[in-house]
Amino acid sequence: MPGITREEVAHLARLARLELKPEELDHFAGQLDDIIGAVARVSEVADQDVPPTSHPLPLTNVMRPDEIRPSLTPEQALSGAPAQEQQRFKVPQILGEE
Amino acid sequence: MTDSNIIKLTAAQIAEKIASGELTAVQVTEAHLARIEAVDEKVHAFLHVDREGALAQARAVDEKRARGEKLGPLAGVPLALKDIFTTEGVPTTVGSKILEGWIPPYDATLTKKLKAADVVILGKTNMDEFAMGSSTENSAYGPTGNPWDLTKIPGGSGGGSSAALASFQAPLAIGTDTGGSIRQPAAVTGTVGVKPTYGAVSRFGMVAFSSSLDQGGPCARTVLDAALLHEVIAGHDPLDSTSIDAPVPPVVEAAKNGSVQGMRVGVVKQFRGEGYQAGVIQRFDESVALLKELGAEIVELDCPSFDLALSAYYLIAPSECSSNLARFDGLRYGLRTGDDGGRSAEEVTSLTREAGFGPEVKRRIMLGTYALSSGYYDAYYGSAQKVRTLITRDFEKAFEQVDVIVSPTTPTTAFPIGERADDPMAMYLADLCTIPTNLAGNAAMSLPCGLAPEDNLPVGLQIIAPALQDDRLYKVGAAVEAAFVEKWGHPLLEEAPSL
Repeated sequence: MPGITREEVAHLARLARLELKPEELDHFAGQLDDIIGAVARVSEVADQDVPPTSHPLPLTNVMRPDEIRPSLTPEQALSGAPAQEQQRFKVPQILGEE
Repeated sequence: MTDSNIIKLTAAQIAEKIASGELTAVQVTEAHLARIEAVDEKVHAFLHVDREGALAQARAVDEKRARGEKLGPLAGVPLALKDIFTTEGVPTTVGSKILEGWIPPYDATLTKKLKAADVVILGKTNMDEFAMGSSTENSAYGPTGNPWDLTKIPGGSGGGSSAALASFQAPLAIGTDTGGSIRQPAAVTGTVGVKPTYGAVSRFGMVAFSSSLDQGGPCARTVLDAALLHEVIAGHDPLDSTSIDAPVPPVVEAAKNGSVQGMRVGVVKQFRGEGYQAGVIQRFDESVALLKELGAEIVELDCPSFDLALSAYYLIAPSECSSNLARFDGLRYGLRTGDDGGRSAEEVTSLTREAGFGPEVKRRIMLGTYALSSGYYDAYYGSAQKVRTLITRDFEKAFEQVDVIVSPTTPTTAFPIGERADDPMAMYLADLCTIPTNLAGNAAMSLPCGLAPEDNLPVGLQIIAPALQDDRLYKVGAAVEAAFVEKWGHPLLEEAPSL
């Protein structure tokens, strides 16, 4: 298995939407490399004919009748929002200049 | 009855005394609030104490009793609630800066059930951020101390809940267990903790870390108290698609009729060896001898895939967490950082997550992102899921031969705060014996089995039962607890230093 480089950590941080500081990149690169090195043993069973288990329970979609029933009020739903305007979540700009 | 006597009562005793009128719920609540005020500065078990809310709930119980209305089995008993469950009108932070000051507009199903059972919620307890950790050092609000030795960790992630019990700030508490976060804190604080069968207690309103592993459950000072709480919080919830639609096993009845007579008890070869403290193994071996004395048949088991459980866990849990924590984007709730009018939503999200998450959470998010990324998915996440199948098969095979499995709950007793803080792999070893159960979804309990001779700190005995057979834990746990209390002449917690 390949080692994890500082550049890979920077790439992962971008994918995970984490604006890491330069010193964090170095720190995490070493730690992630150690952890991955230690847990990579799981791949020893990868070639075996073993079905994967993603969940301890068989999952099925739960549907409910489409009936109107009480839910949170707009005020309640917005009560934890960092910013709001006209009963809506106010978010930073989504679209760029171009 | 004085405050110092009240706080030493078990939940079952408190409920009985309130029902009979010997004590009022307000008296009991005030005694615990006074204890919190006196010792929590040292212990730091609570992140938020809801003094007014608790007293109002207690008054309601007393009024209900005065009107002659039927009271719940735990009416008026105070409880410390892990800060991972939403509580309407009361802050919920999950031990994270990213939710600092967030006040949920709704109650978790578990919170609702506690309120409906007339349980008095004292406040919210400290925890590793987003339940990621084995020491409660990852809380953004500072660590919790172990009441047995305040320089030691109280376990994690539910260290606040267990420390509240061990320091007599509450007779009952709630924890959640993703890789051992109920059982490991119980073990190192000399208390009882139960991870019910996966899906037995609703996850609705419980902030998700790793959805296929997370399980809420009871924490208490006695096996019977844990059973009483288990019965209150368990049951099917249509709001949670992973909730099991099956009757709750008769756990209270089992706790009242403890016995191991004629039971086959498994001891797994893989749950000892390198990394295990000598005193922990000594107490565990004594527990096995005790089980034999009490009439159990001991069966040696070989579960080879358990050796890979820790590795599988540290791929599956981070993978699920990297997905679950995507919701903390600074747009809908919680912290928002860097929104100066010129930055895009994506930039604000990145800056917010950088400022709001602690190092362990960031580490796991990146680990999960890596394990799920194209090119590595099969080697890491896919392989970990195969190991999960093998572990489940090992359990199935084991439970064909035995009724329950026992092991040490943790390989060591409580370690000093700070000792493993910068060594993730050393920290992860704390959950070595608890993780296989989370991967397979079955039920497990930890209860005290003595003090390790080398450091005089509590050792936990873990009991594991097949899924939906949670009552077996209580039947065995109650028998072991009674035998130990008889042997010691008192409950283990009486040996804890006074704070």
